[in-house]
Amino acid sequence: MGGAKLHAHHVAELVRRGDLSAYEHVCQILEKIERIEDKVRAYITLIPDIALEKAKEVDRKVEKGKRLGKLAGVVLAIKDVISTKGIPTTCGSLMLQDYIPPYDATAVERAVAEDAIIIGKTNMDEFAMGSTTENSAFGPTFNPWDLSRVPGGSSGGSAAALAAGEADISLGSDTGGSVRCPASFCGVVGLKPTYGLVSRYGLIAYANSLEQIGPLTLCVRDCALLMEVVSGHDPRDSTSIPTEPKKYQDVLEKGVEGLRIGVPEEMIGEGVDPLVAKEVWRAVDTLSELGAVCEETSLPSLEYSLAAYYVIAMSEASSNLARYDGVRYGFRAPDEGMDWSSAYSKTRRLGFGPEVRRRILLGTYALSAGYFDKYYLKAMKVRTLIKRDFDEAFKRFDVLASPTMPILPPKIGEKVADPLSMYMCDIDTVPANLAGIPSISVPCGLVDGLPVGFQAMAPPLGEELLLRVGYALESQVRLYERIPVV
Amino acid sequence: MRVLVLGEERSRIKLIDEETVRHVAWLARLEVLDDEVEGFVEQFNRILDYFRKLDEAETEDVEPTFHVLNLVNVFREDEPFPPISPQEALKNAPKSERGFFKAPKMV
Repeated sequence: MGGAKLHAHHVAELVRRGDLSAYEHVCQILEKIERIEDKVRAYITLIPDIALEKAKEVDRKVEKGKRLGKLAGVVLAIKDVISTKGIPTTCGSLMLQDYIPPYDATAVERAVAEDAIIIGKTNMDEFAMGSTTENSAFGPTFNPWDLSRVPGGSSGGSAAALAAGEADISLGSDTGGSVRCPASFCGVVGLKPTYGLVSRYGLIAYANSLEQIGPLTLCVRDCALLMEVVSGHDPRDSTSIPTEPKKYQDVLEKGVEGLRIGVPEEMIGEGVDPLVAKEVWRAVDTLSELGAVCEETSLPSLEYSLAAYYVIAMSEASSNLARYDGVRYGFRAPDEGMDWSSAYSKTRRLGFGPEVRRRILLGTYALSAGYFDKYYLKAMKVRTLIKRDFDEAFKRFDVLASPTMPILPPKIGEKVADPLSMYMCDIDTVPANLAGIPSISVPCGLVDGLPVGFQAMAPPLGEELLLRVGYALESQVRLYERIPVV
Repeated sequence: MRVLVLGEERSRIKLIDEETVRHVAWLARLEVLDDEVEGFVEQFNRILDYFRKLDEAETEDVEPTFHVLNLVNVFREDEPFPPISPQEALKNAPKSERGFFKAPKMV
């Protein structure tokens, strides 16, 4: 099969028609993994035997002429923060090194019901806290475009696995950009859905008012396909929107003619690498040539978004991660003769890495007596201002556009010493999480051989608009044809 | 880059000291070793200094957004369904005894 990588929708079609054996397809991907995983390190856990068994099952269904799902034979990599029944789910942490969930996340259950084949669990920043995948207890993942650089984070393993041809499709999670950032740095497509569109049941919580499970894929059609499978109401997630999945693939070819696209100056000016900005402006010109009406605009409150995001994320993290007590699950330090408080404190020091500890401590501080109004409540009010700015902007524009990341993928080690400078990389991705709106990252060009991501944001449940814009842009850029061969 | 400039331009006020770090560590039940305290103080002051940016935002009469959805009081039918078994529930426990989780000494 050599040559260009098959996209997931091709795989599913070929498998359904009986023109590609799921078993052979999985074997090919396993061979690729065998060859390059040592260099990329996209996975924490691989399950080749289970994947091959499942592939045989899919092939048997084809032989017997049984109905096959939308993801028939598609090889799925799952970020290790999403629960998989019987398969270790570590969150990139020593704390959960040996944790085996007793149930599947809803998104996983839905993908498997459509005959997707899980190949493994991907590396990530510990508990999804980070933008480089260097904060993993299991070591960093390397960017397939340039192995001396980070793949982005926190879903870095998912994006790297795709770019390296070690999976067809992936599920990540996005709290402040964790799907879009690695998608941008690895030259693949990533979508953060509207808050509540994809069930969070089985997603191990970090900051639950911000996060969503989202697809990472090689192309926009695959993204639409995976959204058709994983979106829609789930009674097991009380924040799930009561809505049916849409036929996202049907709108892809509608084009962008007449669409009004705004580019907020706060997201593309100062602080953005001029070479990155240039590629994004070129993408905006491309969309204009295709008939979109593009214009610069301003959302003044965006200057507060990063601070508001980190206050909220850290506060929610400090509360969510209080559950790791070493009693019901997870790591437990030797505690003979110690009292509960000391044992608990020691377990948590040894089980969590530096960035997780930093965020728990800062979040605890922000929520502590005397500081709640100053930090958390203030951030929640600023969140209202940001939401209002978006509401106003969407009266004038169908879609807002910006770079996904303000910089090119940094070198491994460049950001670890300085947490604040790592936080700053999220400046263009966090606004969508604060406002709960959907946002997509689509590759739009290369600078010095490194991919640049174009971000588009739409009003709540505006995924179809994003997929149309992404598809139109992708048809012109066709970066997926230049994905590296590691 | 804006990134680095912001932290340096603004005046450095020490918002948090060693005692506060130790207190917060106690509140969070997250041990901090003596030789780590100073590093945390330094990092936290830089980060909190950046958070002061929020003070500039005019939020009088602005309601907080605790949640971006308008969903309230989501109910489901109160129908029983089989829970996971005690054995299953104990599978991930580092220590268990006679069908119970074993916790550290409480008093």
